[in-house]
Amino acid sequence: MQRFVLAGALALLFSNTALAAIATTWNRNPYPSTYVRAASAPILLRGGMVLDGKGGEYRADVVLADGKIQAIGEGLPLPVGAILIDATGKWVTPGIIDVHSHLGVYPSPSIDSTSDGNEATEPVTADMWAEHSVWPQDAGFYRALAGGVTSLHVLPGSANLFGGRGVTLKNVHARSVQDMKFPGAPYSLKMACGENPKRVYGEQGTSPATRMGNFAGYRKALLEAQSYQRAWADYAKKVEEFEGPPGGKRKKGGDGDAPTPPDRDLEKETLVGLLTGEILLENHCYRADEMIQVLDMAREFGFKVTAFHHAVESYKVADILAREGVCSAMWADWWGFKLEAYDQIDENIALVQAAGACAIVHSDSELGIQRLNQEAAKALADGRRAGLNVTRGDAWTWLSANPAKALGILETTGTLDAGKAGDVVLWSGDPLSVYAKAEAIFIDGAKVFDRTGEDARPLADFELAQPNRRSAP
Amino acid sequence: MIRARIAIALAFGLLSSPAWAESVLISGGKVVTNAGPMLESGDVLITDGKVAAVGKRVAAPAGAQRIDATGKWVTPGLFAGLTRVGLADIGLDDSSDIGTEGADAIGAALDAGPAFNPASASVSVSRAAGVTRAAIAPEGGLFSGRGAVVRLDGAPDSIAAPQAFILLDAGERGASQAHGSRTSLWPTLEAALDDAASYPARYRGGQTGLILSELDAQALSPFARGEGLLLIRAERAADLLQVMALKRRHTALKIAIIGATEGWRVASQLAQSGTPVLIDPMNALPQSFEQLGARLDNAALLKAAGVKVSIGLMPGGDEAFQARLVSQYAGNAVANGMRWEDAFAAITAAPADLFGQRGLGRLSVGAIADVVVWDGDPLEVTSAAEHVFISGQEASLATRQTALLARYRKIVLKPKG
Repeated sequence: MQRFVLAGALALLFSNTALAAIATTWNRNPYPSTYVRAASAPILLRGGMVLDGKGGEYRADVVLADGKIQAIGEGLPLPVGAILIDATGKWVTPGIIDVHSHLGVYPSPSIDSTSDGNEATEPVTADMWAEHSVWPQDAGFYRALAGGVTSLHVLPGSANLFGGRGVTLKNVHARSVQDMKFPGAPYSLKMACGENPKRVYGEQGTSPATRMGNFAGYRKALLEAQSYQRAWADYAKKVEEFEGPPGGKRKKGGDGDAPTPPDRDLEKETLVGLLTGEILLENHCYRADEMIQVLDMAREFGFKVTAFHHAVESYKVADILAREGVCSAMWADWWGFKLEAYDQIDENIALVQAAGACAIVHSDSELGIQRLNQEAAKALADGRRAGLNVTRGDAWTWLSANPAKALGILETTGTLDAGKAGDVVLWSGDPLSVYAKAEAIFIDGAKVFDRTGEDARPLADFELAQPNRRSAP
Repeated sequence: MIRARIAIALAFGLLSSPAWAESVLISGGKVVTNAGPMLESGDVLITDGKVAAVGKRVAAPAGAQRIDATGKWVTPGLFAGLTRVGLADIGLDDSSDIGTEGADAIGAALDAGPAFNPASASVSVSRAAGVTRAAIAPEGGLFSGRGAVVRLDGAPDSIAAPQAFILLDAGERGASQAHGSRTSLWPTLEAALDDAASYPARYRGGQTGLILSELDAQALSPFARGEGLLLIRAERAADLLQVMALKRRHTALKIAIIGATEGWRVASQLAQSGTPVLIDPMNALPQSFEQLGARLDNAALLKAAGVKVSIGLMPGGDEAFQARLVSQYAGNAVANGMRWEDAFAAITAAPADLFGQRGLGRLSVGAIADVVVWDGDPLEVTSAAEHVFISGQEASLATRQTALLARYRKIVLKPKG
């Protein structure tokens, strides 16, 4: 297994050098990010309380410059040409990151023609890429921004065993999804446990119709991906033999034609990405016992589970999740809408935190994403009331650092650290309160939202000249 | 304590005796009465299921249970409309998702009350969050069916008001059931009301109605005669005006509106007609072509115009399991410009009035003693209910969730060694 990973890595390396004349792998990034940060003068947010996204809460100034957090600390001087914002009595936090959204793929208005989130036509559709369904003009992006969401991960739906790739976006106004793609963020693979796949296909009289059918389906697809991975490794080996060592003299003609590459298979390419670790596994999985099954399967095939999503039963196995280093993306209090959501407890998030595991508050909802701070506040309060050792600082890690970790972007965003992206929210008051509102939102150091004036609310194309303004006729 | 007292009462055969009296004095809390200004520090006395006194330094009868509410809030219980609490044990399953779908387009005869399961986890979870009453109704169809008001105390006989209202949809969803077209919606509704108003005469001797089956006409007839509430779903400003026009044509009808996403656009007309509205104040997205004007300040704008505003859940959303979110909804209405007092009334007194439940939603002498003691501002998401009284009886706050927490915290937090 390790050998194949190595072969893949070498193949990648070769494809990036001018020396190798024959590509031995496929293009990993055919729809690259074209995101460009907005220009802005430096900004000093002075005198606010900071929830730093790493667990801390204290009073500090924050300077944004050149797209980054330039400095955080007490009594920072106003940089030349900087905009001063008085944050006294207010709170400054990292922007909220939602690891589980269907904005753009299930946009508003919610009608048949916009329903682009679930390719529920066969159980393994790892070849689907959510970004190819994302409509950047979903008004939901704009309302989520007003709720302090600066980055989000858009996933395919959960009808399928492997539903396809998720994409991480900067929450900015854009003409194409490529303009929103978070530079350098890895892809994810959406996998679904439990009720949804077996219901969708069972009702059609096809497999999977049971939970064991689900697992048979995952494993079959992964075995095929391993074959595909071997075929490409064999091909890379043949190319190496054909070309000779890198930098060396190429054999010419003597050994016949250049080797023929395997036929490409988009589905298996995504699954190979999971096996090599290039693609993160975001696994819709409610039940604790199914999580344990998935962890065994991950060992069987040598991949890593990044996060369990809708993990309403993580509290039952929080100690194991801590040991395994797997994040849980959870709701504060959604429950009951199906049997696998029956054992939700309001202390789930806090108990996962208290057990030392990675806890994330997610939305999976175009409405919930507008108020994730309130969801974290509920989870915190419920945990503390139960006597669990969780802090206000912890609560903000559920909204920024931990989701950033689960999306592979923690090095660039998710905490208030100098050198990280200037993805920052200024709150009117304590953001762990129902009464707080995001007053100003900064993405890569530029103000993208300002809650002042009657018509300051940004609108999607779809909303223009619709009867949503008080000043409208 | 309460349980012990009931046991004694049972032992002496006193439980059903009117002479059996029980008093509870909740003292020193911040009291929200909905019937006057808040008392920064006040007492509430409950006797025989009713509020016996509210004020400063209320004397308690000997033997009264005492709850020190210093630093706490004391309020009427929350009234959640419009929900499916107790109508579904879980979602997505036919065996337990009971009474939630109108089988036919015109499901006037459907009846939520008898389908209510007081033992559903959705009841105890809602109660533990301070929700003491809920209006429940079937979902779907042009006429969804008859709704009830239920107590959330979990007792087998907790239907407080059967067939209290009938739900119908005068918007997109209703139109899709009325031959699939908005152009047939209002003629269909008018014909249905005509059938119902002329029931039983029209159906004598094997005659049929214009639209309604005899069963549906019978079910709708009291509502068509103004003897019960017609709760009409409408979202678009123009549709709201059509509902008000219906009210002018049929002055006997008792009408309230649910939805009213674009209510702010016709707020003065709604106020003038005296039509109460039940709205979801979290709706800020143009989720359909009848909600293009969705705004977070809808509740505040409606209230400011003088509309009777209730805040609650909408059919087709979280209403089966998350009735408890009404307090968060009201908090968000405050964050978006509504006065706190109005927002709190919008999840207590206003829905009690809208659903015709006299004696609920206020802490005044003689009111039904649905009383909640909170550890903080009840509209704040970090607050929780500490004591819940329903008709004067203290209710259990234990749920499946509290039992699961107790079981698993010991396992996952066990000290390593």
